[in-house]
Amino acid sequence: MKRLVNLDAPPAMRRMLGLLPFVLLIVLYVLASDARLAINPADKLLPSFSSMSDALLRMAFEPSKRSGEYLFWTDTWSSIRRLGIGVGLAALIGLSLGIATGAIPLANALFSPLLTAVSLIPCLALLPILFIVLGLGELSKITLITLGITPFIARDIQRRAREIPAEQLIKAQTLGANTAQIICRVLLPQLLPKLINSVRLSLGTGWLFLIAAEAIASTEGLGYRIFLVRRYLSMEVIIPYVLWITLLAFVFDLLLRRLGKRLFPWELPE
Amino acid sequence: MIRAQGLWKSFGDQTVLERINVTVEEGEFITLVGTSGCGKTTFLRMLLGVEPISKGKLDLDGRAIPAEPGADRGIVFQQYSVFPHMTALANVVSVAGFGRRSMTGLLFGSSRREATEAATAMLARVGLTDASHRYPHELSGGMRQRLAIAQALMARPRILLLDEPFGALDPGIRADMHALVIELWREHGLTIFMVTHDLKEGFHLGTRLWVFDKTRHDPHAPGAYGATITYDLPVGSRPTPVADPAPLAGALASTGSDAAIALS
Repeated sequence: MKRLVNLDAPPAMRRMLGLLPFVLLIVLYVLASDARLAINPADKLLPSFSSMSDALLRMAFEPSKRSGEYLFWTDTWSSIRRLGIGVGLAALIGLSLGIATGAIPLANALFSPLLTAVSLIPCLALLPILFIVLGLGELSKITLITLGITPFIARDIQRRAREIPAEQLIKAQTLGANTAQIICRVLLPQLLPKLINSVRLSLGTGWLFLIAAEAIASTEGLGYRIFLVRRYLSMEVIIPYVLWITLLAFVFDLLLRRLGKRLFPWELPE
Repeated sequence: MIRAQGLWKSFGDQTVLERINVTVEEGEFITLVGTSGCGKTTFLRMLLGVEPISKGKLDLDGRAIPAEPGADRGIVFQQYSVFPHMTALANVVSVAGFGRRSMTGLLFGSSRREATEAATAMLARVGLTDASHRYPHELSGGMRQRLAIAQALMARPRILLLDEPFGALDPGIRADMHALVIELWREHGLTIFMVTHDLKEGFHLGTRLWVFDKTRHDPHAPGAYGATITYDLPVGSRPTPVADPAPLAGALASTGSDAAIALS
């Protein structure tokens, strides 16, 4: 018998092993849910799969009685839009700041202390300020997401820019490149794949800020809905919504990874 | 062309180089040898303009060497000398865009075609025609160094600085690279400075050999004195083999230099 650290399974079996915990969790849930529903058919805590799918279908394919909107899709769209704009802005600002501070000593001297200070602020604590200054509309929610993840992206890109071997920057200069050309042709192309990684890592934080902002002041959105129906203990809505958010997060991550591979064939996996 | 007068270099209280007085004429091929940490790479970096001079003068055509790298001084490092995100061809084409008055140095239309033609010819010259659409990580170490040399030459430098360019290559490939460098040096009328660990390489290539070593030692302050050029030898008029290096090896052995070991 090999040592446990040397023991591995063939790929098919590895996939089975990976699925096992999911299956166990689902079985466990079904057993617990059935047990509770058998005692009290009106139990709200662990709804059956049928009541969850009923609720989801109602949210997704029946217009709301109050507004006539398809709530599930309205919620999904407004959340994705906020997250997309917030994260997109953060990526753009973070990339610019990261390259500037990573490549230009004077910009580094100017912005680095500010960046460090801002990154230490717990951003959720800024939310009331944002609501007061920017109002309760889209702007404050998007600003929260952007403020929350820009420092992370900027510092990550700054670190990555410094990791690019000095030899390359010197070489570019001996080939006659000026500062703008070094940034555009040597640094930027090598940092874009790093930016995609950085965005992937910060999406989780982005969701966190999004749901927090929506929970507090919003009129639609996935986070808003979850916190709204909490008042009625509507677990049959909350659970599918959480699963849907998880699925969206997974798909975004997958798309970004694919995009990175497609756009940057020279990039070696880390 | 290049003239060092009383050149000193120290990092804090560590003196690395001292009393360097040399004159180099256009077209010389100088190899720099010496123990690790003896300052030969530091000297190269001063020529490159990335290492400030502590004392003395280092002039190019009677004027102080510019304090930053420029297109007149090309460089090939042991590694990281090419851009990993560009194909071999793009690496060489990029040179034509650098140095233009533009933000991106990207080329379009006829200038792009001309640059591609010139780059293709340059790649053919160094034997990389078949690899022109491959990325550096897909090339062998020797091919990457050929690419680095081709790229450096596209900028038409007067001086080519080589910092242990073949240190990581197999002996067979190294011999091919030596031949290539000699040919290109003649074709382009370059002045070459090459740092090497390998004394044989130092003798075999080039017209002039510099040995860097410390002549003064203070046992209580190892950093007090730096290395200087202890031997400045005219070497082999190619292609005849170089003079017998044995006497020099003996001299080096007494200083415990690892260059002497490389000879034996």
